[in-house]
Amino acid sequence: MRIIIVGCGKVGATIVEQLSDEGHDIVVVDINSKKIDAITTAYDVMGIVGNGTNFKVLKDAGIEDTDLLIAVTDSDEQNLLTCLIAKKAGNCSTIARVRDPELNEDIDFIAEELGLSMTVNPEKAAAVEIARLLRFPAAVQIDTFARDEVELLKFIIPANSPLAGHSLIDVGSIQDNVLICCVERGDEVIIPNGSFILEAGDKISIASSSAGARDFFRRIGIDVKHVKNVLIVGGGKIGVYLCQVLSEKGIALKIIEQDYKRCCELCEQLPEVTVIHGDGTDELVLREEGIADADAFVSLTGIDEENIFLSMFARKVSHAKVVTKIDRISFTDVINQLHLGSMIYPKKITADHIVRYVRAMSNAQGNSQIETLHELIEGKVEACSFNIGTESSIIDIPLQKLKIIRDALIVCIRRENEVIIPNGQSVIRPGDTIVVVTSKLGINDISDILEKEGRTA
Amino acid sequence: MNYRIIGTFLGNVLRIEALLLLLPCLTGMLYGEKQAMVYLFTAALTYVLGRLLSLRKDTTSIYYAKEGFVSVGLAWILMSILGALPFVITREIPHFMDALFETISGFTTTGASILPAPEEMSYAANLWRCLTHWIGGMGIIVFMLAVFPSNGGYNMHLMKAESPGPQVGKLVPKIRETAQTLYRIYLVMTIAEIVILFLAGMPLYDSICTAFGSAGTGGYGIKNDSMASYSVLLQVIITVFILGFGVNFNAYYYLLRTKTRKEAFKIDEVRWYFVIVLASTLLIAFNVRSYFGSFLSSFQQAAFQVASIITTTGYATTNFDLWPTFSKAILVLLMFIGACAGSTGGGVKVSRVILVARMIKLEVLRFIRPNQVRNLRMDGKVIDTETLRSVGAFMLTFVVVFIVSVMLVTLDNVDLVTAFTSVAATLNNIGPGLGAVGPACNYGGLSYFSKAVLMFDMLAGRLELFPILILLAPQTYKKT
Repeated sequence: MRIIIVGCGKVGATIVEQLSDEGHDIVVVDINSKKIDAITTAYDVMGIVGNGTNFKVLKDAGIEDTDLLIAVTDSDEQNLLTCLIAKKAGNCSTIARVRDPELNEDIDFIAEELGLSMTVNPEKAAAVEIARLLRFPAAVQIDTFARDEVELLKFIIPANSPLAGHSLIDVGSIQDNVLICCVERGDEVIIPNGSFILEAGDKISIASSSAGARDFFRRIGIDVKHVKNVLIVGGGKIGVYLCQVLSEKGIALKIIEQDYKRCCELCEQLPEVTVIHGDGTDELVLREEGIADADAFVSLTGIDEENIFLSMFARKVSHAKVVTKIDRISFTDVINQLHLGSMIYPKKITADHIVRYVRAMSNAQGNSQIETLHELIEGKVEACSFNIGTESSIIDIPLQKLKIIRDALIVCIRRENEVIIPNGQSVIRPGDTIVVVTSKLGINDISDILEKEGRTA
Repeated sequence: MNYRIIGTFLGNVLRIEALLLLLPCLTGMLYGEKQAMVYLFTAALTYVLGRLLSLRKDTTSIYYAKEGFVSVGLAWILMSILGALPFVITREIPHFMDALFETISGFTTTGASILPAPEEMSYAANLWRCLTHWIGGMGIIVFMLAVFPSNGGYNMHLMKAESPGPQVGKLVPKIRETAQTLYRIYLVMTIAEIVILFLAGMPLYDSICTAFGSAGTGGYGIKNDSMASYSVLLQVIITVFILGFGVNFNAYYYLLRTKTRKEAFKIDEVRWYFVIVLASTLLIAFNVRSYFGSFLSSFQQAAFQVASIITTTGYATTNFDLWPTFSKAILVLLMFIGACAGSTGGGVKVSRVILVARMIKLEVLRFIRPNQVRNLRMDGKVIDTETLRSVGAFMLTFVVVFIVSVMLVTLDNVDLVTAFTSVAATLNNIGPGLGAVGPACNYGGLSYFSKAVLMFDMLAGRLELFPILILLAPQTYKKT
């Protein structure tokens, strides 16, 4: 597919990084020639220096033959204008990043009128992700796929858990309606089979429907109590979106914000929220506002280092679920070792949303069997959905009889409007959509997950 | 330094060279020459060496611009050494240094020969000499990029290191498609030249060798008198084609696409290139009109020599060393200007000359109105200071390398014209100079020390200095 990406900031660069290996023809446009230089030497893409709202620049970038334009510059207005011009000039699909909350109120109208295929709001997406994490405090990370109906929850097996020290077959009765699909142990990522023995400290990812996950956590003795009060430091855009999402659920919210004027604005916008004017990085202020008894603590200041420190402090003085927002995507290895709980990278989330859209679009063009494709666990594992046709070699055979390769697992079956978490007796029928999780990257066809000499292959 | 990725890359280059060595082998077989087996042996040796080098695959994928430059520099040296082997083994060029000189001169498309009589060489040897021009012209690494699947950033470093010109860009987003497009244009033009020369009466073997030599703007002749004994019609055809190969290939790409066809005629560099060619031809034609029967004939001779020198090919139809000093001075000037960036020619490149001229103009204007803010444009686009800085640095380095080389060659106790033009003709990848290295003479008479200096100049000139200079810097090999 031919793709033009306008804006080579962190989001643009992350998108290029993920897409350039997938065979797309990518042209990047940025006003800053240094950024263009850096990105064109690192990846196999073409660079144009210029303003994306300039028709001549877009023409140089080949707008007439392009399939998709992604506008991710700093400026909302520039992004929208670029998309509008691109739509008129090249009749391509367009994606714009729009982050201003005021524009965002009418975003559906704007998208409709400008013919945008998708808009992404990093702050809103981050807030939705945080809210999802607060629903399952035990999970470190939550990914969704199959149109958001199946969730992949990642959590760490505690020392006293009934799971620790048992093989998956032993704990079979516990994992009804859920499926353990990958295990991270140290740097290793394993797609487990029945005889795999779990250990305390493993990070495991389970696929389930939302209700199934709750039961599962209860059975293995992990607290599933709802978060009832949340302490937020930093009243930026993410804070506002987060409060809007959480207050609907009746959760008590408290925001600590340094700037008095901003405090007044927050107070006006969010009537149910307790707004505290104070320095959120001051230990005394935090203690006074009850950090020790908070169910959840979210650090959303504009400075990454502050957020990390605040979260470390919160881990020390409370049992709260801790969420840390980090803007810059570097030193992730080191940050992961700090065990801060859940991390939120708004820029990465934005890039991921866009990349998913691109993959879906490119798959739809190529008539591939694969519907969508997600990268999980830093690209070490892929989840793909396949549409099963009537001719497929895997239909009407119980899963336990299918010879599936060791590194792959069928984690869910979607039949009409029902989502099934399969077990050994489940069978796949024509018309189903199945989701496969695999650490063997580059799967193109459903037959790729079958053992080669298997009788069904 | 990531030695494994460099090893893998060198291995790939050698395997391509092994494949190319089969061509002279085939030619030798057709003509029933026993030398054919030597080429087969060298091909096998090169292939095995290539396999050995790429045995240990890189697993880290950690590389920087440095690795790209070092890879390209080493690749050119290594393939020249292996390419020289057949000449030594067949005893056609007995001394290894001479054979190496001949091969480097071939790959760098210089065309400076140590052979007094190329006609005495075997058919296989002459084809190999001309084939090295063809491969060296567009670049073996660009060829490799067209053949092997993309390796992301590393390949971009390679392309930048091998392609001539101040700004290396792509024609299409993917580097592999860019390389394929370039080679497709290159191949079509070469075949066109072979066919036209053949139809115009040149023997097939001669047409192939001449086409290879002119496509790469190399200049190896397979006859003792270069191109002088071919008919005027053939000479005119060759003039047109070498001029064509000296044009920035972007222009051809624009021409091929209907949407961009108009832009092909708006490239500053190509316009100036033709202006320079026309002006020099007219000046020389008037200057030498008494040497030839008619003005038309002197114009044709002047045009051939000008085209041959400015594109840094180095064919000759007449001994221009006997021309008046004014004409020779123009030719020496053209040596330095060279062809367009993004062509197969060498020299400083027309685009750099334009940039330098405009920088000088800007500097003069700055004295007249110090406070006026100005910028420098080419093709209507503002050129950023980083590019201008690199052009300045290139020119200075070029001058320094040139002066040092001339000093070293004068140790041989040759006259100044010979020393000056031998370096000018090799550093700019032309071939024949003036004096003892003039079109009627050859480089065989120089000492091995001078030849070594000139070999360095040829490589430095073809790769635009830095990939070769970086190999000499001790910091390249230090870890921190």
